[in-house]
Amino acid sequence: MKMKFVVQLKKNIFSKKDKLSFQPKRKILFSTAAKTAIIFFFTGFISLHHAQTAIKADTVFTMTGKKIVNGVVLIKGKKIEAVGSAGEIQIPEGYTIHQAKVVTPGLIDAHTVVGLSGIYNYSHDQDQLEKSDPIQPELRAFDAYNMREKLIDYLLSLGVTTMNTGHGPGALASGQTMVVKTYGETLHDVILDSVAMVAFTLGNEVSYYFKKPGTRAKGVAMLRQELLKARDYLRKNGSNKENDKDDKNPSRDLKLETLANILEGKVPALFTVNEAPDIMSAIRLQQEFGFKLILDGAAESYLLIDEIKKAGVPVILHPSMVRNYGETKNVSVETASVLNKEGILFAIQSGYEGYVPKTRIILFEAAIANANGLSIEEALASITINAAKILDVDDRIGSIEAGKDADLVLFDGNPFEYTTHVCKVFVNGQLVKNECF
Amino acid sequence: MILKRKILLPLSILFLAAQLFPQTNPIAVKGALIYPISGEPINNGVLIVQDKKIVSVGKADEIEIPNSAEVIDASGKVILPGLIDTHSHIGEGSGGDASSPTNPEVRILDAIDPMSDSFKKALAGGITTVNVMPGSGHLMSGQTVYLKLRKAKIINEMLFCGDIQNGICGGMKMANGTNSIRNNPPFPGTRAKSVAIIRQLFIKAQEYKKKIEEAAGDESKMPKRDLEMEALVQVLNGERIVHHHTHRADDIMTVLRLADEFGFKVVLHHVTEGWKVADEIAKAGVPCSIIMIDSPGGKYEAINLAYKTGSVLEKAGIDVAYHTDDGITDSRFFIRSAAFGVRAGMSREKALEAITLAGARMLGLDDRIGSLEKGKDADFIILSGDPFSDYTKVEQTWIEGEKVFDRSNPEDKKFATGGYEVFRGDLQHADICGGLE
Repeated sequence: MKMKFVVQLKKNIFSKKDKLSFQPKRKILFSTAAKTAIIFFFTGFISLHHAQTAIKADTVFTMTGKKIVNGVVLIKGKKIEAVGSAGEIQIPEGYTIHQAKVVTPGLIDAHTVVGLSGIYNYSHDQDQLEKSDPIQPELRAFDAYNMREKLIDYLLSLGVTTMNTGHGPGALASGQTMVVKTYGETLHDVILDSVAMVAFTLGNEVSYYFKKPGTRAKGVAMLRQELLKARDYLRKNGSNKENDKDDKNPSRDLKLETLANILEGKVPALFTVNEAPDIMSAIRLQQEFGFKLILDGAAESYLLIDEIKKAGVPVILHPSMVRNYGETKNVSVETASVLNKEGILFAIQSGYEGYVPKTRIILFEAAIANANGLSIEEALASITINAAKILDVDDRIGSIEAGKDADLVLFDGNPFEYTTHVCKVFVNGQLVKNECF
Repeated sequence: MILKRKILLPLSILFLAAQLFPQTNPIAVKGALIYPISGEPINNGVLIVQDKKIVSVGKADEIEIPNSAEVIDASGKVILPGLIDTHSHIGEGSGGDASSPTNPEVRILDAIDPMSDSFKKALAGGITTVNVMPGSGHLMSGQTVYLKLRKAKIINEMLFCGDIQNGICGGMKMANGTNSIRNNPPFPGTRAKSVAIIRQLFIKAQEYKKKIEEAAGDESKMPKRDLEMEALVQVLNGERIVHHHTHRADDIMTVLRLADEFGFKVVLHHVTEGWKVADEIAKAGVPCSIIMIDSPGGKYEAINLAYKTGSVLEKAGIDVAYHTDDGITDSRFFIRSAAFGVRAGMSREKALEAITLAGARMLGLDDRIGSLEKGKDADFIILSGDPFSDYTKVEQTWIEGEKVFDRSNPEDKKFATGGYEVFRGDLQHADICGGLE
C-alpha cells in the first residue's frame, strides 16, 4: 500500500512529460507513519464513496463530439467507465443513480491565483506577487498554496474542479503556476502538474509594482538579458541539474535553471499581455528564444488576429466581465467569439482580482461569451476541453470519455443561464457537492 | 412645505410650456410583454408616451393608438421601466476629500463630467436614473446627486431638482466599518470612535437647527450660514435621505441606532450581512439597496457576502433594491444582479421591482419614475427577451420619450460590447481599492 502511494505521488508531482521534479524528496519521506494512516483511512473512505455511480441527464455535453440527449454517464472508482445515450448504456445493478438536466465535464479554470490569493485580501493571504525583484521565475506555486482557502471551495461549488493557479500578473516573471484539482485532502492528492507554467507580465502594470523597469521597453530588455544568461547556463550546465548524478559543478542557480527549462520547451511561458504592443513584444520574445508561449489576458488580441495565428500560440483570454480599466481598458465581450471564428485555441480564465470580486467565476464569464457570439458548446469548451489542451492535461480531464477522471458537474438547466444552479459536483468519482447553488 | 414649493414651481413651468408650445406626436410601442411593475405583466401590451410622459399603458384591445402616433412594433420583446441604480460612481467625479472624515458640505455634482462615456455605458445597461455618490472611504463623504441620464452638456440638464444651488438634488453619503478607519486623525481609528464623531456632528446640527427654528423667520436672529450645518439640517428634517454604506451585521445595527437617535431617513447600502439581521432591519422599517458580487471577500467585512441576501430580506418584508456600485460592478450588467437574486430564491416580481420602483422609492422619486403608469416620466427599456436570461440584450433605452440608446446602431452598440478606444477617460472612480464604494 505504501508503495502504491509513492508511485501515485510521483505520477502527480513529477508530471507526465518529465517537466521538472521540483518537489523536494523529503516531502515524500515526511511522516511515513501518518501517511500510511491516512491511506488506510482513505481506502475505507474510497470503498464507501467511490461506489459505482450512474448519472442520467437530459443533456450530456461530452465535449468530444455532439451533445448526447437523454444520456448516461457511468463512473467506476475514480474514472469514467462509459458514456452514451440511455439506449446504448445499460445501468448495471448496484449503481447509485443521480439525475440532472445537464451534465458537463468538471470546469477548468485555465488561469487563476486562488489559493495563493485569499478571500480576506490582507497581506497574510496574498502570496501571488513577490515584489522583492521583478524577475523570480524560481518561485514555486505549491510552496505558497493554501489548499484550505475558502475561495477554492467556493469555486468548487460553482463547478470548478481543476485550476491552473499560482503566481499572478505584475512582475516581469512572477513565478510558477501549477494545475490542481479543487478537492482533495493533501497537496499530493490535488496536484496534476506541479510546474505547469511560468507567469510573465509585460506592460505598464509591471512599473506600477516595481521601480525598475520604469517603461515597457526596459521590461523587455531586462527579460531578454535574463533569457540570454539562461541560454549560457543551459549550454554550460544543462537545465535539470537536480537529476544530474555526475554533477561536477556545485553551483545551481534556481532562477536560471527555471528559465533554462523554458528555453528547452519543458515548461511553457505564460505571458500576461493585454495591450497590443505588449502582445507583440511577447511574440517577438518567443521568436527570438523559441520557447512555448501562451498569451494571457490578451484584451486587445482582436487587433492582432493574423499575428497571433502566424505565431500559432494559444490564448488564455481575460474574464469576459473584466473591468474596462487600465491595461484592459479596450476590452470587448466579443473577443472570445472573434478568436473562435479565427480558429485560435483559447480558454476563458477567472484571472486575478485585487479587490472585489476576489475571484471571478469561469462559469459566469463563459456565460457572457455565450451571450456574445459563442455557442453553448464553444463557451463550454473554453472552460473544459480547450482549457485542458492548453494546460496539457487533456489526457486526464476536460471531456466526458471512458478512462478520464470522473470530474463532472450536474446542473438543473442550461449551465449558462443566471438562474440555473450547480447541483452536484463529482471529483475523481466522488460526490463532493450535493446542494444546488 | 419647502420641498413641495420646489417641486411645484418647475412643474408649473412645465405645464405652461406644454400649453404654449405645440405637443409632440405621441409614440406608441406595441406588441411587447410589458412589466409595469406597479401592476401585473401585460401580454401584447401597448405603451403610449407623449411630451416626456406616459400617456397610457395597457392591453392591446383596451388602448386605442391615436392616428397621429408614431408606432413602434416591439412584438416578442419585453418592456420594463427605465432601470434605477441607487448607488453608482459613474460620471468620473472624484468625491470624498481626504482632508476630513466628514464632508457634508461637499457636493458630488460639482465634480461630474456630464459628457463622460460612463453615462453611455449605463444607458447600454438600461439604466435611466442613477444616484451618483462620492466614495465610501469616509464617515460622511458628501452629498450625492440623483441624475436622469438625459443627453446633457451641463450637469443642470441631468438633475431632478429644480434649483441647483439651493435645491435638494440628492442624498447624503455615509459609511461605517473599516473603510474610514485610518490611522491618521481626524480620521477615526476604531468603530466606536467613528460613531462618536458622527453623533457629535449631528448634535451640533441639532443645535443649529434649533437656532433656525427659534429665529422663526427673523433674519437678524438666524445663525451664520454654515454649509455643513445646512446640509445636515436637511438630513435631520428628513428632506435629504442618508445613503449609508454598511457591511457587517453589527455595523448595520449601528446605522439603525443612529437613525433612531437622530430621526433621519436612511437607506442601507451593500448590507452584506443583512441576511443575519433581517428581522431587525424589517422592524426598523429601513429599506436596503444591496449589491451582488460574484464571489465573497476582497476584505474582511465582505467575506459573508451571499447571493441569498435579496431573498432573505424580501422574505423578512424589507424593501429591497439592487445597485451596481459601478465600477465595482458594471452598469451594463445591472439586470444580472437581480437575476442572481432570483437564482438564490427571490421572487421574480420583487427582483424586477428591485431594479426599478424600489430604487425610486429609496431616492424619494417614486412619484416620477420606477414604474410604467400614466403621468410618470416616459423612461423605459426594450429587451430582447426575458429580463433574467443570460441571452437577453437591452435593445433600446428611452428617457422622457426620447431614444437614447439603440443597440441596432453600431455607434451605440459599442458601448454595450466595449472595444478599441470605445471608452475615453478614466471610467473608474479614483478609489477602487478604498472599499466597496
